Amino acid sequence: MNLLTSVTEIKQQIIEQFEKHADELYNGTGNRINRFRKQALDDFNRLGIPTAKNENYRYTPVDRFLQGSYDLDLKANPFRIEPEDVFKCNIPELDTDVLLFLNGFYYGSGRPLNVPDGVVICSLNEASERHPDIFQAHYSKYASTSEDGLVAMNTLFARDGIFIYLPDDAVLRRPLQIINLSHSFNNLRITRRNLVVAGKNTAASLVICDHTLCEQSYHINSLTEIVLDDHSHIDYTRIQNENNLSAQINNVFVNQQSGSLFNSHIITLHAGLSRNNFYVNLMAPFCESNLYGLFLCDRKQHVANYTLMNHDSPDCLSNQLFKGILDDEATGTFNGKIHVRKDAQKTRAYQRNNNILLSSASKMNSKPHLEIYADDVKCSHGATTGQLDNEALFYARTRGISEKEARHLLMYAFANEIVSEISVDILRERIIEMIDKRLRGELSRCNNCDIHCTS
Amino acid sequence: MNASQDKLLAKVTQADYKYGFYTDIETDAFAKGLNEDVVRQISGKKNEPGFMLDFRLKAYSHWKTMKMPEWAHLTIPEIDYQDIIYYAAPLQKPTLGSLDEVDPELLRTFEKLGIPLEEQKLLSGVAVDAVMDSISVKTTFKETLAELGVIFCPMSEAIREYPDLAKKYIGSVVPYTDNFFAALNSAVFSDGSFCYIPKGVRCPMELSTYFRINMANTGQFERTLIIAEDDSYVSYLEGCTAPVRDNNQLHAAVVEIVVLDNAEVKYSTVQNWYPGDKNGKGGIYNFVTKRGLCKGDHSKISWNQVETGSAITWKYPSCILKGNHTTGEFYSVAITNNYQQADTGTKMIHIGKNSRSTIISKGISAGHGQNSFRSLVKVLKTADNVRNFTQCDSLLMGDQCGAHTFPYIEVENDSAVLEHEATTSRIGEDQIFYCNQRGIDTENAIGLIINGYAREVLNKLPMEFAVEAQKLLQISLEGSVG
Repeated sequence: MNLLTSVTEIKQQIIEQFEKHADELYNGTGNRINRFRKQALDDFNRLGIPTAKNENYRYTPVDRFLQGSYDLDLKANPFRIEPEDVFKCNIPELDTDVLLFLNGFYYGSGRPLNVPDGVVICSLNEASERHPDIFQAHYSKYASTSEDGLVAMNTLFARDGIFIYLPDDAVLRRPLQIINLSHSFNNLRITRRNLVVAGKNTAASLVICDHTLCEQSYHINSLTEIVLDDHSHIDYTRIQNENNLSAQINNVFVNQQSGSLFNSHIITLHAGLSRNNFYVNLMAPFCESNLYGLFLCDRKQHVANYTLMNHDSPDCLSNQLFKGILDDEATGTFNGKIHVRKDAQKTRAYQRNNNILLSSASKMNSKPHLEIYADDVKCSHGATTGQLDNEALFYARTRGISEKEARHLLMYAFANEIVSEISVDILRERIIEMIDKRLRGELSRCNNCDIHCTS
Repeated sequence: MNASQDKLLAKVTQADYKYGFYTDIETDAFAKGLNEDVVRQISGKKNEPGFMLDFRLKAYSHWKTMKMPEWAHLTIPEIDYQDIIYYAAPLQKPTLGSLDEVDPELLRTFEKLGIPLEEQKLLSGVAVDAVMDSISVKTTFKETLAELGVIFCPMSEAIREYPDLAKKYIGSVVPYTDNFFAALNSAVFSDGSFCYIPKGVRCPMELSTYFRINMANTGQFERTLIIAEDDSYVSYLEGCTAPVRDNNQLHAAVVEIVVLDNAEVKYSTVQNWYPGDKNGKGGIYNFVTKRGLCKGDHSKISWNQVETGSAITWKYPSCILKGNHTTGEFYSVAITNNYQQADTGTKMIHIGKNSRSTIISKGISAGHGQNSFRSLVKVLKTADNVRNFTQCDSLLMGDQCGAHTFPYIEVENDSAVLEHEATTSRIGEDQIFYCNQRGIDTENAIGLIINGYAREVLNKLPMEFAVEAQKLLQISLEGSVG
């Protein structure tokens, strides 16, 4: 007997939930967000939850993680928890400006932010009212609802998130740390909608930490639109550390203008289902885009990384490197695509995916695609799936290192290629520490930050 | 790109199809269209036993429920399956004792192609099963092969003469439910080649079939079955050229290979069907299902292909590595020029322990051609110690063409080691300059570079094909540098 709720039923539940709460959503949100909902509803109704029949979601069983019923949190509740007490992830040495989100709602910083004049950092809903011009120019412009049901769903339920605007020449000296917390007494459907607009010659580093504070099941649909104007530079580092019941769909749409640089690091330590979709459009010449990803998963976790690197203009450079270590019954997917348009000559686009399987029940699916319509290009992709190198293990053991320690060393070295690319020193060290713990199995539960985030 | 290269490019890429001609032979053809009666009539024409008719009818009713696959990276104009003649056989005298009795018109056709039967028969030692419009007209060297117990005959004959083998193996590797084109083929296949290598026999000569599509509006539906018993070996050649035709022609073939313990089958193809003219008009639609089953332990299948023709190619010669210690190989060169489209590649399904596979694909894209490589390497839970190496390189010539790769890698066993690598580039100006510097003109330099690029695959072809394949590469591409 099949006990699973079908995707059609899940879709129906979601639509009913929207209709039930439509008034609250419309009333609680600005018109510039609301006006996209109708189209999004139509699109979601048409597209539904993606299944294995959708080529992009071929290996990701989204529906398996969306069983059961979910509540909807429609307004920011006063804190039931003191974030400073519970959450000590703001690494002591790491000098960051911290922004807190609970269940998708902006709770601000509590402290004044140390940012240059003209920089706007606030809640998305607030920005839609206070900065209508910037908002209107970019909101929902890059994330098309007509192709992916989950993007449509995000636009349908969009309520809050972060809005960052950097006027021309603004440089954030300190990383901006955005901490997404999920905490509730019931299963919850959480929608996060973010917009980052970087003007000319700007620079900022965003560090995003995703955490669940309790053992409820969360269906998190997060969508971020990032716009980089000429010669701007955005670092996007995301650390995903959520409980095994939660499903996170993280869509990132990046739109790059001439000479801009976008670096992204996705470190997935924990989650029931973690799906990261990157859509990067290189719209003007001399852009550079680097996507790095590392995932460590075990038990029945599923981690999927999907990328679409669109080379729309000549002379751009892109790099993709995704690595994964899978244990127990974990499944992983890498689905990367480089698309080089007809006139995008002198493109250099590289893609690599390396995976290590530690157990016989783990599975890895890899699909590195190239679609190339220009001739003067250098493109390559590579993918490997294998085990820890037996000879290296043997070598380590002849030097008196125990097998356990040697295995750990090799895994650590494997992961280090990704981590070493993180430019903020203290953050990098911190992540190395977390990975170290994760590999030793000490970071196995993530229901309470006190346990694992303070050393 | 400078002016002289431009001219060269134009000259080469716009050259007319060398093998274009039409043989005027009286043909026995059905009316256009497909229905159950047509399927029955085809079966009746062949005097097939009842199980074959059942198979065809089941396939036909299944086909009716299917839709054309749309996942390939191809733009396929709509095909009206009711506008195709499903059976056409050259009329000829009923019995043929020697070559003299073969229709002289037909023989001249082969001569134009540069493969005179007599010469082949006398000099090259290759047994030729010549297929012209769906039914085999002449099989040579049959006696020599018969002494060894090798059966090499037209499929229709095999179904009549060896019904046990046919019943056991037809549809065992490619069931009629497999895909749209396989279902269509299963319902209406007209003929093809059947090849049986008995236990312990190493086939002394390369078995070869030349396919010809001859009559306008004739879909050609071949079905080939190769069975290699324990400890046997055979190398099989398939090659094709087709005359210039304005109407698109459909070709949906099925090839099945079964390999038992310690046996090896090498299957080589040079495909040079009419690719359409330089404006993309006409040309063959080539939708082929090829699959081999390494059923026994230590068995091996090697697919080698050079794809230069056809307007649209949809073809994935695959290996199911079921036995332990089995080996699958796929070596391919695919060229698309003008408005040709190709979506080709392979599947390696690892089921047996210690199975190995190698995939080497070289795509060359010129003019407005779109060349896609698509592969699946799947390692099942049962398959311990699997080893796979995949390399797919693409070469682009000119800024109007495209090269795409769609590899799928699915691993369910932690002892597997898989590697995949791919590059896309064009012929470097520095490489050409280096050759020029040493007195090699640009045209020859490109020939040199292309041949070097494809060498890895060409080397795998049997001698007879390697020469033809090299010529084809040169004809197709020399001088077309971006």
